[in-house]
Formats: sequence, C-alpha cells, structure tokens
Amino acid sequence: MKKFVKIICMLTVLALALCCFAGCGAKKENTAIKIGGTGPLTGGAAIYGTAVYNAAKIAVEEINALGGIQFEVKYEDDTHDPEKAVNAYNSLKDWGMQVSLGSVTSKPAEATSTEANADNIFYLTPSGSSTNILGGVVNPLTGEVDIERKDNVFQMCFMDPNQGEASATYISEQKLGTKIAVIYKNDDVYSTGIYNSFKAKADALGLSIVSTTTFTEDTKTDFSVQVAAAKEAGADLVFLPMYYESAALILKEAKDTGYAPKFFGVDGMDGILTLDGFDTSLAEGVMLLTPFNADSEDEATKAFVAKYQEQFGDIPNQFAADTYDCVYAIYKALENGDALKNEDGTYNYNISASDLCDMLVEAFTAEGFTYSGLTGENMTWTVEGAVSKSPKGMVIQNGAYVGMD
Amino acid sequence: MITFLNHLINGISLGSIYAIIALGYTMVYGIAKMLNFAHGDVIMVGAYVCFFAVSSFGLHPVLGLVLAILICTLLGIVIEKLAYKPLRQATSLAVLITAIGVSYFLQNAAQLLWTSNPKMFPDLFGGAAIRLFDGRLTITVGTLVTIAACIIIMVVLTLFTGKTRMGKAMRACSEDKGAAQLMGINVNRTISVTFAIGSALAAIAGVLLCSAYPSLVPTTGSMPGIKAFTAAVFGGIGSIPGALIGGVLLGIIEIFAGAYISTQLSNAIVFLVLIVVLLVRPTGLLGKQIREKV
Repeated sequence: MKKFVKIICMLTVLALALCCFAGCGAKKENTAIKIGGTGPLTGGAAIYGTAVYNAAKIAVEEINALGGIQFEVKYEDDTHDPEKAVNAYNSLKDWGMQVSLGSVTSKPAEATSTEANADNIFYLTPSGSSTNILGGVVNPLTGEVDIERKDNVFQMCFMDPNQGEASATYISEQKLGTKIAVIYKNDDVYSTGIYNSFKAKADALGLSIVSTTTFTEDTKTDFSVQVAAAKEAGADLVFLPMYYESAALILKEAKDTGYAPKFFGVDGMDGILTLDGFDTSLAEGVMLLTPFNADSEDEATKAFVAKYQEQFGDIPNQFAADTYDCVYAIYKALENGDALKNEDGTYNYNISASDLCDMLVEAFTAEGFTYSGLTGENMTWTVEGAVSKSPKGMVIQNGAYVGMD
Repeated sequence: MITFLNHLINGISLGSIYAIIALGYTMVYGIAKMLNFAHGDVIMVGAYVCFFAVSSFGLHPVLGLVLAILICTLLGIVIEKLAYKPLRQATSLAVLITAIGVSYFLQNAAQLLWTSNPKMFPDLFGGAAIRLFDGRLTITVGTLVTIAACIIIMVVLTLFTGKTRMGKAMRACSEDKGAAQLMGINVNRTISVTFAIGSALAAIAGVLLCSAYPSLVPTTGSMPGIKAFTAAVFGGIGSIPGALIGGVLLGIIEIFAGAYISTQLSNAIVFLVLIVVLLVRPTGLLGKQIREKV
C-alpha cells in the first residue's frame, strides 16, 4: 500500500512538472499590448465597473480600427472588495498584462496600486480617487505622509481632496447655501476623504456647516436620524459625498419627511438616474460636480455617447468617459504607437511590462505632455500622479444632467 | 420636543420591523428549539418576490405581498424538508451550522439570479403621510401599517398557540418532543408548520422592511436578521410578547443612540444594551426562568 502511495505521489509530481513545461511551450508571441483592469462587474458598485469596462472596449476598438498599434483589453471582477481585487490583479498578471487601468473603486485601487508599484506595471486608474492610491499626499489631520508615493501610479479623475475643495468653492462662489449639512460614510475612504477636505475648505471660505452626521456599511439603510438632524439644524443645502445607492435613500427619506433643501453630490452620485426602480423625480434639482457632461455639444462627446448607447443601451456616465480618456491618454503617451514601432514597421508587442512602465511614466510626466479628451481640455499630470482639469457643475432636470453654467 | 417625537416615531417604526422578524425567530426557536439563521435571507427572498411582482409584472402591492408570503412559505417548507429534517436527531450545533449554510446558499443564489445591483423597492404606500404641527412631525402611512401589522401578528400568534389544536401541539412539542410524540402528536408535521408560519412572517417583514428602507440587495436581510435575533434574545427568546417588546425597544434605542449620542456609535450601543440585559436577566426581559433540576 505504501509503495502504491509513493508511486501515485511521484506520478503527480511528474504530471505537475510536465504541466510547467507545457506552460512554457504554449507561450505565444503577443499580437497586441495587453491592458488589464479590475472593477466591480457585479455587486453594489457594478454600475461603475461595467461602465468602465464598456468604455475601455469602445476605446480599444476605435484605436485598433485605425490599423496602427493594437491593444487588447481584459477586465476581472473585484466586486468592490480589496482582497478580490488583488486576486483579480494577479490573474491579469498571469494573463500577461502590460499596462494596468487599475481598479475602478477606491478601496480596491488602494490595494492593487501597491501591487502594481511593486511590480512596476504602469497604473492609470480612471476613477479611483482616494489619496492613498497615489501615495505621497500629506494627511491634513496629522500633517504627515501616511503612504509613500507610488511613482508609477496616476489618476484620470479628481483626487478626493480636490473634489471636496472644488465642491466647497463652487457652493461658496455660486452662493448655493448658507447653512450646510453633511452626511458621510465614515467607514469609507472615498467619503471621509472628500468630507475632510470639504470641511477644511468650507471653514476657510466661511461657509457654515450646521450638521454633520455619519453612517457605516452596517447602518446604510436607515437615514431617519441623519435627515432629521439636518432638518432640525435648518440646513438649506445638504452635501452628500457618497455613492448613489445611499444618496437615493436619503433623497427618499427627505421627501417622506417633507424636507426639501438643495442636495449637492460628488462624482459617486453619478449613476443615480439609472438605478433599478429609482423614482427619478426624487433626484430633481440635485446638483453634482463632475468633469463630464453626456449632453455636451462637443463632437467627440457626441460620437462617444452615440456609440456607447448603440452598443450598450445606456447613456455613459463620467466613469465611462474617464476610462475612454485613460486608454486614449496611454495611446497618446506612446506617440500613437510610434514609441513601440520596430524598424521594419511592426510593433514591439513583447516589451516587458516594466520597460513599458518606465516609458509611460516618463511620457506622462514629461514637460509639455497634455491630453485633451472627453473629461477635460489640456489635462496634465504631475510627478505626484494627480491630474489637473476643472470640474463642471451639473444639475438634474427632468431625469437628465444639465450643465449649470 | 417635536424632534424627540420624530425620533420616537422613527424608532417605533424601525422597532416594529425588527419585532416582526423577531417573532419569526422566536416562533421557530420556541418550538423547534433551533436558531434559524436563514430567517434573514428568507426575508430578502420575500422582498425580491414582491419587488418583481409589483415593478415587473405591475401587480397590486397586496397581491405582491400575498405572492411573497406563498413563495416564502413554500421555501420555508422546502428548506426545512431538505436541510433541517434529516438533522432532527443531530446535535443542536450541527443544525445551527446547517442554518448558516442555508443562509449563505440563499444569499449567493439570489446574487446569481438577480445580480447584486441594488434595486429601489417601490413605495407601496405612495409616500402618503400624516403631517402634524405644520409639517414638522411626519408619520408615514408605511409606519402606521408596520406598527398595526406587528400588533395584529402578535395577537394572532398568541391566540393561535393558545387556542387551536395545532397551537397546543406546538406548545407540547416545545415542552417535550418525546412525550408529545407518545401522546400522538405528529412532531415532524408540527415543526414543518412552525417553519411555514415563520417563513410567512419573514415575507411580511421583508416587504415592510424594504418599503421603509427601499434599497434591495441580496444581503438586505442579514443585518436586520441579526438585529432582530438580538431583539428576540433581548425580549426573551421563545416568548411571543417578548419578541415584540424586544424589537420595539431595540429600534427606539438604536434611533435615540444615533440621534442623541452619536451616529457612529449607535450600533455599538445597541449591542452594549443587549450585553447588559443578558448580564442582569440571562433569559431576557420576558423569558421563562428555567430551573435546572438536578
């Protein structure tokens, strides 16, 4: 019996070894630059993940149709969970990912950006907005840098503090409210990050915050206390730095209790109009800052919206636009592919991820590199990884976004 | 003062929902002596059934509720037949673990079937509300219906277990299964009926829960399920009025803790109160004091 077990063991080892060789033998030449990303394709934040994936597919299709350099895109589901995101990232690495579009949401992006930094894979997230993704940002509460700068990580969307600051500035400039209430999710980096910078900026601008209440993942269904507190404090504007699913409940609670202040959201509010079963009249008059307007008259935007609607049946949101820009920014940073062109006119698709990363980091941070896309004109990136572009104020009217200016 | 009343009404409204869920827990525990941790997920299934009935098939909400009750009752019976009945002679720990397994199974099945994108549950009461003191105090019709449902269910259950033959059989099973069987009571059938009733209650709770807090995802039932279990223990598990009192008190404590102490600490305070109550009265507020005979 013992002998039998031994033989089985040896056979297993042999089989495994053979598998290894088989793996080596099967390795093929790349026929395109492999772009990977993780995002919530299912789960509570799936609306963002699918938007990002759809937009990435459109951008890659368009670039490939030009006949020059070829891209290939693949997304793995992370269900907005950091652990699953790292697993998803690793399976993309096994697939041979050369450039990463990072993760769609902040918490997973914090985890995968650290991995990508260690692996030296170029990382450009369309929508992960927390400061911990880039690293190297001074924490306003402690005055210290919590996480070292991850020098190959870049963002296409605004960083959380920028969103908070921009919102406070916008509210103050447009005189939207005098008494402000804030409800935020205090176990979420995205929400707290925006809140902290909003508060700092609001204090500096002399805006008065009359009520601040919080909720967590476990208490995100009942908002009666928070809305009552805002109402009691007489707030005429409620700032909601959170994702749309919680915001939808707050809007309903406010309506039920006969409270009608102005509501002001951030980019997480985007998506509320396509929420299953949501009564869009609840969102009437809700304002938000977002860099993308699907109703814009701009040619590129119109073309993108038409294509997206035709293929996926929805109006693309800001996350989709950011992703579309990500792919094109990478394309532009590669000099429309010329940076990878061999002498015989073919492209060097087998370049290692690390070499490609160094090349792209240099291109993105180079003096004079600008990119104009759907979410902004002449965007530039600093060595700190943050993008510079200006947000637009939007208001929801008759179930659609309308530019406020 | 008006704010206080507002919070009180919100607390009672939340508490009544906990109470209905807790009634289901307590029924099953009191009679089958097992903790049905899948109860919270049956709630979720009930809510989904009603959601699709109302928003996809355009049925009247009452029909949606009836459909949810029917499907959940059926689901409860099937779960009991497949998962719990084979374990009738097993240790209570084995049954407990099975219940947790069923809970995960239901959650993941729901995720596969309906994806985990949140659904906005339709407002079954059309947002109607009674406004007092120039609109500063609002009581929604949903709240009133929930409170009424809660009291009606409690009264009906008390009468049912006290007066009917089946109710008597249930109480007999709860006291001593072996003796009950010797007296000619079909213990298996009695327990199945208990599950059916528990699951029907879960369906009602699911519809009321989602109509008050309309975000519906496959994990919708789990946190309210745990809170309601806490409420059932708080009031004395196995006791029907205890579940009602426990649920309502828990809801009020949760809302008041959030309103007057801190929204960050409200959950911690809820569970702290539970610990204190259990230290002082280990059987809960209305629980029977059981003396161990040696």
